[in-house]
Amino acid sequence: MHRETHRYFKFDWITIIIFLLLVVFGWLNILSASHTGETIDYFNAAEPYGKQLIFIFLTLGLIVIILSIEAKFYERFSSIIYLISMLSLVGLFIFGKNVNGATSWYAFGGMTIQPSEFAKIATVLAVAKYVSDLNTDIHKIKDQIQCFILIAIPAILVLLQNDTGSTIVYAAFFFVLYREGLPKIYLMIGIAMTLLAVFSLKFGAIFTSIAAGILIVTNYFFTKKKPSFIKPILILVGCVMLSSGVKFFYQNILQPHQQDRISLWLRLEKDPLKLENMKKTFAYNLNESEKAISSGGLTGKGFLEGTRTTGKFVPEQHTDYIFSTVGEEWGFVGSAMVVILFVLLLIRILHLAELQKSQFSRMYGYGVASIIFMHFMINIGMVMGLIPTIGIPLPLFSYGGSGLWSFTILLFIFIKLDSNRINEW
Amino acid sequence: MRKFLLFLSVILVGFLFLVRLFYLQIYSANKHDLFEDNAIRKVYDYPKRGFVYDRNGALLVANQPSYDVMFIPREVKPLDTLEFCSLLKITKDQFKQIYNKAYHYSPWLPSVFIPHLSKEDYAVLQEKMRKFEGFYIQKRSLRLYQTTIGANVLGDIGEVNNAIIQSDPYYKMGDLIGKQGVEASYEEDLRGVKGIKFIQKDRFNRDIGPYKDGIYDTLPEPGKDITITIDAKLQEYGELLMKNKRGGIIAIEPSSGEILAMVSAPSFNPNLLVGRDRSKNYSKMHYDTISKPLYDRSLLAQYPPGSPFKVLNALIGLQEKVVTIHDRFGCRMGYYLGSRRLTGCHSHSSPLSMIDGIAQSCNSYFANVYRRIIDKYDDPAQGMNVWSDHVKSFGLGNYLGYDLKIGSKGRIPDGDFYNKWYGENRWVSTYNISNAIGQGEVEATPIQLANMIAAIGNRGFYFTPHIIKNIESETIDTNYTTPKHTTIDKEHFEPVVQGMFDVYNKGTAAALRVSGIDICGKTGTAENFIKINGVKTQLTDHSIFVAFAPKDNPKIAIAVFVENGYWGSRFAGKIASLMIEKYIKDHITRTDLEDWILTHSLEDEYHKPYSGETFKINGETTLQVIPLDKSLKSKISNLSN
Ligand SMILES: [Zn+2]
Repeated sequence: MHRETHRYFKFDWITIIIFLLLVVFGWLNILSASHTGETIDYFNAAEPYGKQLIFIFLTLGLIVIILSIEAKFYERFSSIIYLISMLSLVGLFIFGKNVNGATSWYAFGGMTIQPSEFAKIATVLAVAKYVSDLNTDIHKIKDQIQCFILIAIPAILVLLQNDTGSTIVYAAFFFVLYREGLPKIYLMIGIAMTLLAVFSLKFGAIFTSIAAGILIVTNYFFTKKKPSFIKPILILVGCVMLSSGVKFFYQNILQPHQQDRISLWLRLEKDPLKLENMKKTFAYNLNESEKAISSGGLTGKGFLEGTRTTGKFVPEQHTDYIFSTVGEEWGFVGSAMVVILFVLLLIRILHLAELQKSQFSRMYGYGVASIIFMHFMINIGMVMGLIPTIGIPLPLFSYGGSGLWSFTILLFIFIKLDSNRINEW
Repeated sequence: MRKFLLFLSVILVGFLFLVRLFYLQIYSANKHDLFEDNAIRKVYDYPKRGFVYDRNGALLVANQPSYDVMFIPREVKPLDTLEFCSLLKITKDQFKQIYNKAYHYSPWLPSVFIPHLSKEDYAVLQEKMRKFEGFYIQKRSLRLYQTTIGANVLGDIGEVNNAIIQSDPYYKMGDLIGKQGVEASYEEDLRGVKGIKFIQKDRFNRDIGPYKDGIYDTLPEPGKDITITIDAKLQEYGELLMKNKRGGIIAIEPSSGEILAMVSAPSFNPNLLVGRDRSKNYSKMHYDTISKPLYDRSLLAQYPPGSPFKVLNALIGLQEKVVTIHDRFGCRMGYYLGSRRLTGCHSHSSPLSMIDGIAQSCNSYFANVYRRIIDKYDDPAQGMNVWSDHVKSFGLGNYLGYDLKIGSKGRIPDGDFYNKWYGENRWVSTYNISNAIGQGEVEATPIQLANMIAAIGNRGFYFTPHIIKNIESETIDTNYTTPKHTTIDKEHFEPVVQGMFDVYNKGTAAALRVSGIDICGKTGTAENFIKINGVKTQLTDHSIFVAFAPKDNPKIAIAVFVENGYWGSRFAGKIASLMIEKYIKDHITRTDLEDWILTHSLEDEYHKPYSGETFKINGETTLQVIPLDKSLKSKISNLSN
């Protein structure tokens, strides 16, 4: 009896409570965004909110299973899990079902499963396992490349299935690897390239190149120990090339709908008529979602009272745009609470990860936090118009069984690993 | 340090999101705008538009129901286009065109699909409307004119455009608004306030029920009836007299500034601008750039006023004490500077004092007076400014401030005007001596001249001319009930009025006398030019006449312009006399004048410049005589009680 109680106390209840709060609040908003008519039939599987409620109950069973499995299992079998997961992604090209232009679903009878959701877990496990291996040194180029390949395989596979959103999420692994000692140069290059790309599109390649040149020259003169001037020149040439290349990439490689999204985001279109037209067409969702959020005011219109939500004016509102329901019906108070809950969840996971004694567990924790963070940042940022439209779900909130399950599994494997850290030595 | 990258990123993003939420929901939260909200259907209930009555209580403008087919592009479901188009009598291409245009305006806001259904079409369509999702019928009220006259006064209503919708949120796509005349001037009184019901709906266009139990719903407020100052019979009489002529008549009641008649010729039947044919008829008239029926000559046309302007110079001369009524000036068929004749004149006895100078309209007399005014000061610019201020105090040279939306400023030059033209101290009064006789740089509109004559009839003040007499349960703007005083002292008016009285008794309008009415008037002509193939070509003079009657306590002041009618008493004077008799006596004793006007046309005269042939003007022309139109004559006799 004593042993049993002890076992339950080992689980991090703070994380579990935040998890439950998000799931329950998420479901309330799915209910609001998807219910039609007068009555609410809670377990009606024909309605998204009913289906989701069933998923949530099944999730509880899933949690029990995950927590019952021996912690060492996840580390030991990570390679096999990764392999199976990648095969399931490849299999999509043959057996996949096309939904909204993305071939990322398996259909079994009435059920659909999105393997890309689960591939993230497998990749976290595999990367954690590979890097924590005693023979791997993340400072070596060769090992870095092998590690990148592990990440690139699923990223490219989902990209080929037209699921750009999920591909971008794999950038999360940068945080994991950086924590484990990936050289700083990657961070610098990453930030520099992002800034260069954005500035080049917004202000033009010439302006950006000159600005970069001034920065590099100034930096060179203020460096006490003057290095060879070849290096800054090479950097400058790189900047100019990248800066000029961005426009080409934007115009020739990106698809028109992607160009439009970026153009709207960076306000590249100046003609007010065309802007207005954009808002009515591809940016319609975004425009409606911003209006819905804005109309919520401080305290919102109340649960099931949002006029835009009730009238279903924001398409995909129960999936990717679920946060606009929160904004409309719960106002600033409710939306801020959701943001704060996510921040607390992430900080808690990071805190626990740092406490881990095994590198595998720590990396896994970082992986969980990074992936949830990417989803959180991209989804809410998109719904509020801070970043270009990229379709990925809000973890634990958005409608969808695969999403809910994959995030539950992702999180609870970590809770299991964490509960085991005392036994590890 | 590596521990903190993700941690700090999380904190930063969370903070950014809170700031963005604050910005969206608190800082820039437009309080929940029901009109912007696609989720709420707005059902409008349009009130009755106010009726328009004339000064004697005759109903001029009433309403008729009208049905527009409206639609919300996003809500349109696949439909049997063929059936729908045949019901509405349009082609499939037109369907697409209307749909796309509205979609471009807004997929979520209602737009007009087909305006003003005929009653028959409405009856047929109403039955089948349920089959066409996204379409509905909006009832509105259109104007029903009880008369065929006064199109320029009454104005019309038409659909609002985007610019109006953006500047005034009251108006929505498909709403009607006063476009011209009193409909535009008194739009807010006439239109009332439409009632609105807010209905919550879902994406499938289904009504769920009243939004918040209807707490925001409003009832329509009916438009207010208005009475205008126009005397419908006088207006009609004026329009009938102006048949086959172009020009304008303005008649004003001097004691109040009320506009009794406002005729612009050619005119049109106001019913042409009602309903489905409105835009077709409108553009037809709009593109008639020769006779310009939509151009209100009584308010907009700006002509040199000619001889009527001389009486102002007499008044200014007296006020500036540069002349007395007894001062005589000689005339040798014109005014000479040395041996150079600056302006001609006709034959009359000489020399003349003021009263005869006005009665005979002697150019030389007024050239002398004008020079004395301007030359009173060492600097001609200063003299010019004094003169200009006096003239402007009669409401000339600037917008009069009446309650119709269109107008012209006219032109009264001052010292600066000539300093810019010639250079400072490089000109003297003889340079612009034409101003003495109402030619040269001075220009005025018919309504400005009528107002000037009203001020003379009142011996020194006027009320700003206006068209509104009464608004149901409201008082009219005090601007129209406050007298505006001229800069001329009252005592100076008597000799000038006497001169104008003599115009009728022994002067240039002696043939136009009406027994029993003491009319004071003044004839005038204005030279005018157009460009034909780039060559400035002179046309026959405009015929001008101003008058007020009776001499004491005048009831009517009038200005008449007849384009290319030649001398003043030839067309304009006759029309002015007839209008005055009609208004004061209600029946016409000078039927000889009336018949003359009805049987003389200027259409040939107007055709000349466009004929491509060389033509003669003024004294070398012959009058075009037309047979007396019996129906016109009977219409006129119906106007008498
Ligand atoms: Zn003379």
